[in-house]
Amino acid sequence: MTTARDTVLARIRAALTDIPGHAETGTPARGYLAAHVPGGPAALLDLLAENLADYRAHVHRTTAGALPAMLARLLADRGTRVLVTPPGLPPDWLALATVERLPDDGSLTAHTLESVDSVITGCALAIAETGTIVLDTGPGQGRRLLTLVPDHHICVVRADQVLASVPQALPLLDPGRPQTWISGPSATSDIELDRVEGVHGPRTLEVCILD
Amino acid sequence: MSGAYLGMPAFPEAAKTSTKNEQLRANLTHATHTIRDKRAAAVGELDDWAQLRQAGKEIKDNTLARLDHYLLQAEAAVQAAGGTVHWATDAAEANRIVADLVHAKGESEVVKVKSMATQEIGLNEALAAEGITAYETDLAELIVQLGDDLPSHILVPAIHKNRGEIRDIFAEAMGRWGRPAPDGLTDRPADLAEAARLHLREKFLRAKVAVSGANFLIAETGTLVVVESEGNGRMCLTLPETLISVVGIEKVIPTWRDLEVFLQLLPRSSTAERMNPYTSTWTGTTDRDGPQEFHLVLLDNGRTATLADEVGRQALRCIRCSACLNVCPVYERAGGHAYGSPYPGPIGAILTPQLRGLQSELEASLPYASTLCGACYEVCPVAIDIPEVLVHLREQVAEQVEGHRVERAAMKAATWLLDHPAALTAAERAATRTRALHPKRLPLPGPAKAWSDTRDLPALPAEPFRDWWKKNRKDGSR
Ligand code: SF4
Repeated sequence: MTTARDTVLARIRAALTDIPGHAETGTPARGYLAAHVPGGPAALLDLLAENLADYRAHVHRTTAGALPAMLARLLADRGTRVLVTPPGLPPDWLALATVERLPDDGSLTAHTLESVDSVITGCALAIAETGTIVLDTGPGQGRRLLTLVPDHHICVVRADQVLASVPQALPLLDPGRPQTWISGPSATSDIELDRVEGVHGPRTLEVCILD
Repeated sequence: MSGAYLGMPAFPEAAKTSTKNEQLRANLTHATHTIRDKRAAAVGELDDWAQLRQAGKEIKDNTLARLDHYLLQAEAAVQAAGGTVHWATDAAEANRIVADLVHAKGESEVVKVKSMATQEIGLNEALAAEGITAYETDLAELIVQLGDDLPSHILVPAIHKNRGEIRDIFAEAMGRWGRPAPDGLTDRPADLAEAARLHLREKFLRAKVAVSGANFLIAETGTLVVVESEGNGRMCLTLPETLISVVGIEKVIPTWRDLEVFLQLLPRSSTAERMNPYTSTWTGTTDRDGPQEFHLVLLDNGRTATLADEVGRQALRCIRCSACLNVCPVYERAGGHAYGSPYPGPIGAILTPQLRGLQSELEASLPYASTLCGACYEVCPVAIDIPEVLVHLREQVAEQVEGHRVERAAMKAATWLLDHPAALTAAERAATRTRALHPKRLPLPGPAKAWSDTRDLPALPAEPFRDWWKKNRKDGSR
């Protein structure tokens, strides 16, 4: 019996008889730029901050030393009572925070996460030109639903994680891991093109960039 | 959704109705102009846009030239990562596969993230016939579904509805589908979004099966990519136990690296953003993270027939950014519904007749639903020469469709354009601006080639007459 697979493949081959030997038309020209900004590290951090803020993320600049105090303040300002933490989060980050912590051991359900106030994570890398942070479920980032269900996400980006562009970022990412690229909080413009933050996913995204 | 595209009137009749709808036209004009201007700014930020566009075009062409090879590679990679791959020759087969998978899970509802492929095959209706309810979770799709309506734009499907109408739809219909709208719901967009959030979250937390499409399928790794704004995509791709993705066979690209081209081209062309708020990628299943069962349905449904047409196959490069809709003077006035398929505007005018064949007056009239002004080609991030394909399809209509029907379809569409001076003026103006890009001779293949080879197209004037008249007439001369 001919399967749908056989049929589709046969149709494709029949459709391409004008292309001799199914040769590709050559290697695609990649005359585009590897990045669009001259990337001094300080300039990249500024650009990342600017572009994230442009998408209405709350951006904070600080240093590794001052991070614990900043996180404690951000959580207090938000009124967070319960905070979800992924495995592998650097313990000193929350040294000064007084909130109740709910560490994810892989068993937290979406229902449980519905009732927590905030989640804090690191990231795999960030892209300055587009104002994007990328999570790949590595250490300190956790499963995908951790940064999806709670309404408030704090993400910490180290200076050495910031790349200029998408072409620079992709080779560093492993396609075998599920990835979430985030450029500002959830947004919609479906109602009369008015931009509204947060239909689904966290409505508030705070990014702490460490110099 | 009870509205169906099939059996809709041909473009000219549908266009006649929608151009009379002042509200629709005002909404569309506002939307298309806003997005169009923002897009130009976002594209202007990149000095290498022309090179990116060329790379996008070549990557897609290369893939299409060896589509069988890349699909087999993708299939093997998805299977190696723990996914199951199904092939569907047409809509009925694809719908059957999805319904069987949902039945096998013992479920009677699924959540869906906006997918044009599933709209194209009428999946929601097919599932409904099997006793399965499909919940659309994109805000605009929700508005359309609750309002028992059809999407009218690729990117902003409910652009034909105003906030007041949306409020009324939510207040009236949400309760019938699940969690009712809050009492005293206002028409503020933030309140409407909040109502949608609450209504849908209940469904996300309950759903065991999700259905998605995908923007890209990467052959070398078997990775799927969904690009979105709201997070409903992430919800569908993360929370349910089973994920079924229905993906057109033209969505495959060879390598992970190729994303560097498309993730630059797509957001800027589509929503005019440097990057869309959320992009999700997944490769098969991941232990204890996300769906534990993943099914990929590879859909033909007319794509191989399109591939067989040497001129028309370039339509398969389309990455569904909707830039061509927003610059099209005809779309702006006719609206998305007039095109009678999930693919409206210029891309719809070439894709729909190719996917479905020239079976009815609708398909036969679509290649005439254009002034050939060339604006769609100019903005297309993968350089699809839509005017070229339109001309080519007109020729096919002339050859294949019996006399009466084709004349009726073509004449009506052409007359419609002539009857709408505003559409025509805008088209002329756009054409003038893009004059340098216009070919001197139409590259017509087949029997028309001899004709076109010996005739130069009349050069377009530097300025349309009407503009010249307006500028040069003396004050008070009218
Ligand atoms: S034809 Fe080009 S411009 Fe139109 S939706 Fe497709 S990719 Fe975008």
